[in-house]
Amino acid sequence: MSCWDTIADYALRSQGIGERLLPRSDFTLCQQFTLIGSGMIWNIYFGVLALVSGFMLATGVAVAKAHHQLWLRKPAEWFIFVFRGSPLFIQFFFAYFLFQSLKAGYPFFGAFTAAWLGALLVLFLNTAAYSAEIFYGALMSVPKGDVEAADAYGMSGWPRFRRVIWPTMLRLAWPAYTNEAIFLFHATTLVFFSGFPASQQRGDALYYASYFADKTFNPFIPYPILAFYFILLTLTVIGLFGLVNKRLNHHLPKERRAKIRLRVNLIR
Amino acid sequence: MFEFCADPASLAGIEWLSCYLTTGKHMGLYWAVGTVLLLLAITAPAALLFGFGGAAAARSHFRPLSWFGKGYIAIVRGVPDIAFFLFFVIALDQGFEWIRHQIKCPDWDQPIRQGNDFIVCAAAKLPLSSSPQVYHEVYGFFLAVLTFALVFGAFAANVLYGAMRAVPHAQMETAEAYGMSHRQAFWRIMVPQMWVYALPGLSNLWMVLIKATPLLFLLGVEDIVYWARELGGMKTPQFTDYPHADWRVWYFLALLVFYLAFTHVSEIVLARISRRLSHGQATLAGEKLRKGPRGRGKAAA
Repeated sequence: MSCWDTIADYALRSQGIGERLLPRSDFTLCQQFTLIGSGMIWNIYFGVLALVSGFMLATGVAVAKAHHQLWLRKPAEWFIFVFRGSPLFIQFFFAYFLFQSLKAGYPFFGAFTAAWLGALLVLFLNTAAYSAEIFYGALMSVPKGDVEAADAYGMSGWPRFRRVIWPTMLRLAWPAYTNEAIFLFHATTLVFFSGFPASQQRGDALYYASYFADKTFNPFIPYPILAFYFILLTLTVIGLFGLVNKRLNHHLPKERRAKIRLRVNLIR
Repeated sequence: MFEFCADPASLAGIEWLSCYLTTGKHMGLYWAVGTVLLLLAITAPAALLFGFGGAAAARSHFRPLSWFGKGYIAIVRGVPDIAFFLFFVIALDQGFEWIRHQIKCPDWDQPIRQGNDFIVCAAAKLPLSSSPQVYHEVYGFFLAVLTFALVFGAFAANVLYGAMRAVPHAQMETAEAYGMSHRQAFWRIMVPQMWVYALPGLSNLWMVLIKATPLLFLLGVEDIVYWARELGGMKTPQFTDYPHADWRVWYFLALLVFYLAFTHVSEIVLARISRRLSHGQATLAGEKLRKGPRGRGKAAA
């Protein structure tokens, strides 16, 4: 069986397309590369959707936290505290069992006990909280002069926020937000190791990597393959976010542009 | 535990709950909390030590050592940490057994990797298959601690490396002008001063470490996540005196609250330490402390 056959059989295995049974013995390098790569589809799915949706909620929460009215500020602070103060691992477990007990009463929640929706919801709220804290910090350091200049031009309310405050906030937050994006992708590996089950062995990259490590009792092949994929993903994220960073900074003289620097790892 | 717990079926309300929460299995849960605290107590200094070693190696003038230190720091970025946890536990275990195998069974002629098996001689097994259960648990816990220390050591190395570079260069130059050797300047000038620069990073790391403790579950240690799943599951009257429905959601809610309280308390304590360390430092925070509350208005103006 050539490597192309293996790719044809297993490239979409994580989505339930292709060969039904996972390989059981005589594992080839090709099988490991293909299956772990197939699992990456889930990591990218969770990461991209949580990031995009979390970005919007995070902007809202950050603005709410900076608001002077208590009834807006307090919920935002609590939201951030709860999701940043507890481990993501426990959040996954809690959410899974919560949806399970809700399912008994309301069948509507049935879909949430599956990883594709339930875990996505947790990741969405989690990244929203972490990003909101970053955005809040950036919002607090928007230069006073920029806002005063907007006032002088007669801008206020929504136009001032959309055209002056928000772009500046994003520009200031972007390097930190890039790191958040990277570690969100890393956090997606937790999904199938918490409460959420992988139905019919459709798992993410780490799920397959640990499958191989368990079967072969040799961690030195699958985990480096996983590391290879994730380094590739990290570089892609840095590249894409770097483009956005360039766009956000393009009005500034060169030496004042903020560089993206990879910061120390964060487990949630 | 209590005397009135002799007949659980007749109890109700708060009495039932107090009996329920003090069953032998729940004691396992409370012990597991102790396990988590023990892990933190051992891992934090161990990781700091690894981190210090890594940072010192990365600063070394001896090239291979510096590459090793930088490689150690760099490798944990870019790869999900949970993968490291899963990897190191098996890799360390096999590494130890391999070393023992080389020492204890030198005349073993079969390959260690046979297909999908990793086979060492019986004398090299860790722990020995004849040793009591508690040894297996201790060894598992030891592997977990070592894994945590290795991974977090790399993070700490990164923080300390940055902190060492943040100590003003003039301080080191002054030390050398006084005739101190490299080693003396490092230990007497840089190390005492670097902590204030390292503290924000280390505090962050401590929070991250607290939040990483549930991963013990993945390493096969019977930690609080294990017990919450175990105890929360539905119990039928055939098997227990305290039957209940599926309560796992409540157990995990309790864990959530436990971690929130833990990180919150840590935050407060770390803020205090930071205040203490900033005293007399040539930083903005130190200046603020020196001037006191009255000076603050002036500083802002």
